[in-house]
Amino acid sequence: MSGSPGIAEFGHFALILAFCVALVQGIVPLAGAARGHVPSIRLGDHAAVLQFLLVAAAFAALVHAYVTSDFSVLNVFENSHSKKPMLYKVTGVWGNHEGSLLLWALMLTMFGAMVAVFGRNLPETFRARVLSVQGLVGVGFIAFMLFTSNPFARIDPAPLEGNGLNPILQDPGLAFHPPFLYAGYVGISIAFSFAVAALIEGRVPPSWARWVRPWTLAAWAMLTIGITGGSYWAYYELGWGGFWFWDPVENASLMPWLAATALLHSAIVVEKRDTLKSWTILLAIIAFSLSLLGTFLVRSGVLTSVHAFASDPTRGFFILIFLLAVTGGALALYAVRAPALKPGGMFQTVSREGALVLNNLLLATATATVLLGTLYPLILDALGGAKVSVGPPYYNSTFMPLMVPLMVALAIGPLLPWKRGDLLGVLGRLKFIALASAVGGLLVFWLTVDAPLLPVLAFIVAFFLAGSVVVEVLERVQFRKRGVPGALRRLVALPRGAVGMSLAHMGLAVSIFGIAAASGFAEEHLGIMKEGDTVEIAGWSLTFEGVEDVPGPNYTATRGRFEVAGLGPMFPETRRFESPPMETTEAAIHPTILGDLYVVVGEKTGPGHAVRIYWKPFVMWIWAGGLMMAAGGFFSLSDRRLRVGAPVRRAAPRPQAAE
Amino acid sequence: MTPRKRRRLMIGIAGLACLGAAAGLVLSSLGDQLVFFLSPTEIVEKAPPPTQRIRIGGLVEQGSVVRSDDGTTVAFNITDLATSVHVTYRGILPALFREGQGVVAEGHRQPDGTVKAAEVLAKHDETYMPKEVVESLKASGRWQEGDPLPSAPHPGTEAAVTR
Repeated sequence: MSGSPGIAEFGHFALILAFCVALVQGIVPLAGAARGHVPSIRLGDHAAVLQFLLVAAAFAALVHAYVTSDFSVLNVFENSHSKKPMLYKVTGVWGNHEGSLLLWALMLTMFGAMVAVFGRNLPETFRARVLSVQGLVGVGFIAFMLFTSNPFARIDPAPLEGNGLNPILQDPGLAFHPPFLYAGYVGISIAFSFAVAALIEGRVPPSWARWVRPWTLAAWAMLTIGITGGSYWAYYELGWGGFWFWDPVENASLMPWLAATALLHSAIVVEKRDTLKSWTILLAIIAFSLSLLGTFLVRSGVLTSVHAFASDPTRGFFILIFLLAVTGGALALYAVRAPALKPGGMFQTVSREGALVLNNLLLATATATVLLGTLYPLILDALGGAKVSVGPPYYNSTFMPLMVPLMVALAIGPLLPWKRGDLLGVLGRLKFIALASAVGGLLVFWLTVDAPLLPVLAFIVAFFLAGSVVVEVLERVQFRKRGVPGALRRLVALPRGAVGMSLAHMGLAVSIFGIAAASGFAEEHLGIMKEGDTVEIAGWSLTFEGVEDVPGPNYTATRGRFEVAGLGPMFPETRRFESPPMETTEAAIHPTILGDLYVVVGEKTGPGHAVRIYWKPFVMWIWAGGLMMAAGGFFSLSDRRLRVGAPVRRAAPRPQAAE
Repeated sequence: MTPRKRRRLMIGIAGLACLGAAAGLVLSSLGDQLVFFLSPTEIVEKAPPPTQRIRIGGLVEQGSVVRSDDGTTVAFNITDLATSVHVTYRGILPALFREGQGVVAEGHRQPDGTVKAAEVLAKHDETYMPKEVVESLKASGRWQEGDPLPSAPHPGTEAAVTR
């Protein structure tokens, strides 16, 4: 119970030092780059690494306080408990407001240090400016922690026992999805710093896109894993069998993801074709602003949710000011400098570039509809209007229709050549795929009684997208000309970026398929079951064999037993925690490739227990697709051309004279 | 027109088309797909049409919870301590659904003045009270922030069906 006195103060002190270093890093290299003062320019690298080490020391101090259950630290007292399993003592570090901010800062400085260490091929003044911008963001975040949310505040006298962590957060899924989400959010800060540094320099060469793309790709892939993991966690932990609720907190992670997806694609155009520069810079600013907005929404307590730890208005106010300074400052700089960015390569409307522009327009519009749906209730409330909430019906009728043309563009785009394309030719290459998808969709419609329309449409889109990816890969490996062995040899030798793209696009098709199947064709049984009752659902036969009380490490569970014919027993639980007092439902899930059997046991009702049984067809495909997308991102990242330290192999194409 | 200008024009038109489509979708959705949050008093006063999806928040009235014989349908009253509204719900109630405690139900008001809930949201833990419920109680003037949680409006009418 006794903590080690001094370690928390050491962490606090390290955080204060990190703040000072961030301040220096934010000012000196920037000034040095403007005057060509080499020592000031080089200071940025050392400052970035030092700042990371200091924040890491602070983080380690907080982890130490949690692991040793040092309840003299207020944050540990409020969120931990000595009887909690060790894993959740560690993950509890970021299961609260102050600790999660410290994790944010840790990621932020880690990315800064990585630029300093791995960004050796960047021009020195440019790297100095990037690190300065990164330092300024760090100043804002660490100041926020020091002034409004100090994780190391002490409590005197030290209580003997902690309050415990919200039980629904005590779960392996929660343990690992926030670090990925944060790495994604914060990784986008690098794209932002690169964009602001380029605006300060006043030029965006194609090499800029080559530098910024690996960072964006890494951040995007992490964000994809984080969102996938969060969705899976909600699916099995909340006991509703849903996987996406259009909850504002989910939207807060979806918006930066959409913007980062757009950025990822427009940066390709900048790199390959030396155009769309000013739009790409704007996207980088928007994407990071949306990350900050997400943090604001989640952390300020304006939303009621499991994620909203803070409810202190000064904190929300601070983040709002910070958001305005970052976004406002960057946009002001953009307004001054963007007109000077000269576009380069020409292209026709129907071309790879054209398809990517369409992708960007649709993604940006979709982001805007999600933003509006998320903020509208807050704005209406702030203006004293009615209290409203915006739920799935809104998104089904705004976001979803925008996804259909996006998927079609996505299917066609990779088949179009750069500069000038032949739409009819591509459609000709895809006509069998299109026909097969339509027939497939109609078959689903015909085979299932009163199938809902939207999922059937989504099936067609998913089939079409998957088919077009197959066609694209087959053409790339010249399957017709070379036959199987030759094509396989070519497949292995394909640039990893191309394979990554196909993998990610295929992952999206897999996800859409899973979403359509699980939301349109789920089966549900709801009712009171007595011991010995049997229920038939989707070909499964479940017999209820009663409940028993089972003690857990820091809870007591009421465990139901269901005998499933041909499978064995399933054990859904209701867990009662004592600190804090709370109940959670642990669904029993039998996952298969074709679908999940999902069983929840509720409270004792009359002669039996309330029971909910779902059959969720192909639901695993949703997250499998998400992981495929992330894997595609990481695979592209390993492409030699994108490797951070790789030498520049060719000169940038000269911009063609315009008009 | 030069190719560059033509391309700009095409991008401009495509952008406007996207925005226009999005604006149309958003406006048509915000009109009829918003979920309005109302207190029991407001539901009685404003009598929203059955097509309007609403959320109602308040306390589960003591002794009002009645389950159907097959156990799948539950009826209860939601009160802001001034007015009560009868709510029916088919499904499993959240683990922390208790009489006398905060609850939010989402669904449609029926022509007879009751609410048919499609979803019932209870609080996540013993100490947390949905923000909407707090405001609904404050609006009814019967409870203020910091007061102890209101107890049963009708003590002693504990119904036989509850635990």
